[in-house]
Amino acid sequence: MSTGEIVAGILAPHPPHLVYAENPPQNEPSAECGWEVLRWGYERLRKKLESIDYDVLVVHSPHWRTTVGHHFLGVPHFKSISVDPVFPNLFRYHYELDVDVDLAESICAKAENAGLVTQMMRNPDFRVDYGTIISCHLLNPAWDKPIVGISSSRAYYYYNNEVGDREMLALGEATRQAVEASGKKAVLIASNSLSHRHFTEEPEVPEDMRNEHIYHHGQYLWDMRMLKLMKEGKSQQLMDEMPDFIEQAVSECKEGCLSWLMGALEMPTYPAEVYAYGSVIGTGNAIVEWDPKSAEVSS
Amino acid sequence: MSNIVMGLVVPGQPHPLLAADQSPAWQSLQDSFDKARQEIEASDAELLVIYSTQWPSVIGHQIQADPEPEWVHVDENWHAMGSIPYKFKMDAEFADAYCAAAQARGLHSRTVAYKGFPIDTGTVVALKLLNPDNRIPACVVSCNMYADRAETLVLGKAARDAIEAQNKKTVAVAVTALSNRMFTQPIDPKEDKISSLKDDEWNRKLLEFFAEGRLEDVSQLARQFTAQANGDNKLKAIWWLAALMGQNNRYQGDVIDYQPVNGSGAAIVSLVPSTEAAMNQEFDEDDVEYYGGDRKVLDSGSDTSGDEENVDASASGQTGDTLVNTNAAPKPVGAYPHARREGDTLFLSGVGPRQAGSDAIPGGAVRSDDGSPADYDVEAQTRAVIENVKTILEASGSSLEKVIDVTVFLIDMDRDFAAFNKVYKEYFETIGATRTTLAITALPTPIAVEFKVIARA
Repeated sequence: MSTGEIVAGILAPHPPHLVYAENPPQNEPSAECGWEVLRWGYERLRKKLESIDYDVLVVHSPHWRTTVGHHFLGVPHFKSISVDPVFPNLFRYHYELDVDVDLAESICAKAENAGLVTQMMRNPDFRVDYGTIISCHLLNPAWDKPIVGISSSRAYYYYNNEVGDREMLALGEATRQAVEASGKKAVLIASNSLSHRHFTEEPEVPEDMRNEHIYHHGQYLWDMRMLKLMKEGKSQQLMDEMPDFIEQAVSECKEGCLSWLMGALEMPTYPAEVYAYGSVIGTGNAIVEWDPKSAEVSS
Repeated sequence: MSNIVMGLVVPGQPHPLLAADQSPAWQSLQDSFDKARQEIEASDAELLVIYSTQWPSVIGHQIQADPEPEWVHVDENWHAMGSIPYKFKMDAEFADAYCAAAQARGLHSRTVAYKGFPIDTGTVVALKLLNPDNRIPACVVSCNMYADRAETLVLGKAARDAIEAQNKKTVAVAVTALSNRMFTQPIDPKEDKISSLKDDEWNRKLLEFFAEGRLEDVSQLARQFTAQANGDNKLKAIWWLAALMGQNNRYQGDVIDYQPVNGSGAAIVSLVPSTEAAMNQEFDEDDVEYYGGDRKVLDSGSDTSGDEENVDASASGQTGDTLVNTNAAPKPVGAYPHARREGDTLFLSGVGPRQAGSDAIPGGAVRSDDGSPADYDVEAQTRAVIENVKTILEASGSSLEKVIDVTVFLIDMDRDFAAFNKVYKEYFETIGATRTTLAITALPTPIAVEFKVIARA
């Protein structure tokens, strides 16, 4: 068996607004338009992924929240409807997906060996969280690849950001080891936004773009700083500044997704490509890809 | 006599429902839930109103309005404990009334009624254990992740408004843990305990208050508790419950149970309204009647050229109109804004002479604390009224010069008209506003004069 590899690492935020505005057949509500900069960024990235040979999407989602350790989807097939509890007016999505349980079990075991608390989720009635559904739809609306779903451990919330980051880097390392051992080509997805302060009111027409802007200029400056570091391949500095970013920009990176991705990609020193940046109900969202092949070309 | 017959505090983790046999603590909670269920049944309640900290919202507050939500629920963390099939009976009519009452108090709220909407574990557990046969219709409201205490108090008062308007005997249920620091490593359920001694001590202090019926004191203590013991969502559920039940300490409190659930503090407490107060309350600095909002950023279509620093203008849900509240004017004494813009016209609520912040009355109150008549200076009161009118107009982007019509209310026409009229002339002589002056028997606060004003926006 050949060695598996991570063929792409993606920061893929999950605002339901983007699926809503796209009007896919799976989603019940319909929209006129909206959030085009982000949606078109996702469209370009979809095309890129279509050109890549990969076997599985591994997604770490902020909206599967677990208290005791890191959990992994462990049921081979799910079919249900995902209703966003915060924006049910925008996202009621009928999904059907396959899970690569073998790879999930392998990551789970390697993380446990690394000293992390882990658990497989075997309940067939479980509803897959909307963060996972949205990020996966935006990258692969055909759902023709299996996924591995990883929860966001709330233990991360009990400790300071530095301690949390160390744990997520270890989970990322375990993920990379499992992918390599599997012989599979994996696309890794960190399903989080950057700055994450929302507006608490919604326009009568949600896609009325007159009202869409970043919540606070300070958030925007932080987002730009983080994106600059990504584009310059300065992942270690990104991680060093992450605790302050989380605190000062109310960043969803607190959920650990991006730290996990950096750990899995072994703290990339090659530039990331930013496909789009935009706000969604005040939060800062960036679509970013790390392509390990670009490291080989540049080295 | 209020329609609120009882308040309950219950935990929202699934352990008492799904895994009681694994732990004496969880079994005790299940038994205590059953005791609370029996108390509800004995109360002849017609409605359960629930606030769950496990239903987060971002866009204001959401209220469940699906008459019969049905699903097989699995908790995202405790999935190995099993599935929870449910079919509940919700009071959709009350949900609509609650939503309208919340909006009338300036809150952003909406009902939700979607097939497959993910009802949270806390609500599911509470309804399965407190109302297993759906004998009593329920209503559930979300926990806004950004809401502060003032906003949550208004949400509780809105629930009370709707309950009284609907005239339904109601049990209010706050689904919340006390301390919420859970173990992050697997534990032996038989050895479950509160995760720290400090959290345990804080929980027990709160429970002392509950046992004495001091719900309002717990509400006011919540922020300190949260800082010390990782309170569940800042104990917002207690803020809501205290406001809904009337913001006092007059309850017969019963701490039915207190147990650990994976390290968190899980208490079941009942509070039945009583005539006996534990003791006097402190002044509550968060007690507002109307929520003006603090985020007018979406209101891009309105004129915000006034004193933006202290103005909270929020869309009221109708095209083209805007509600205005300002901290620079005295706090309204009811559920109404300082002003409302309709097109190019600005309508002010009745304005008195009280001073913003202190509520002091220039010229003195018209009666003493014991209710006996007091001497007062109507000139000073009139001047203060007009200055307050001016403040509200300017906060709304208007000015005294744009006043169209004034209605003046005096409690003693014979005594006060001449002095009032003299001050009025100083301000309004060149403005040309129409005016009507009425004698009335009393005003809501101990003041002698109030203005009702219409102006150009």
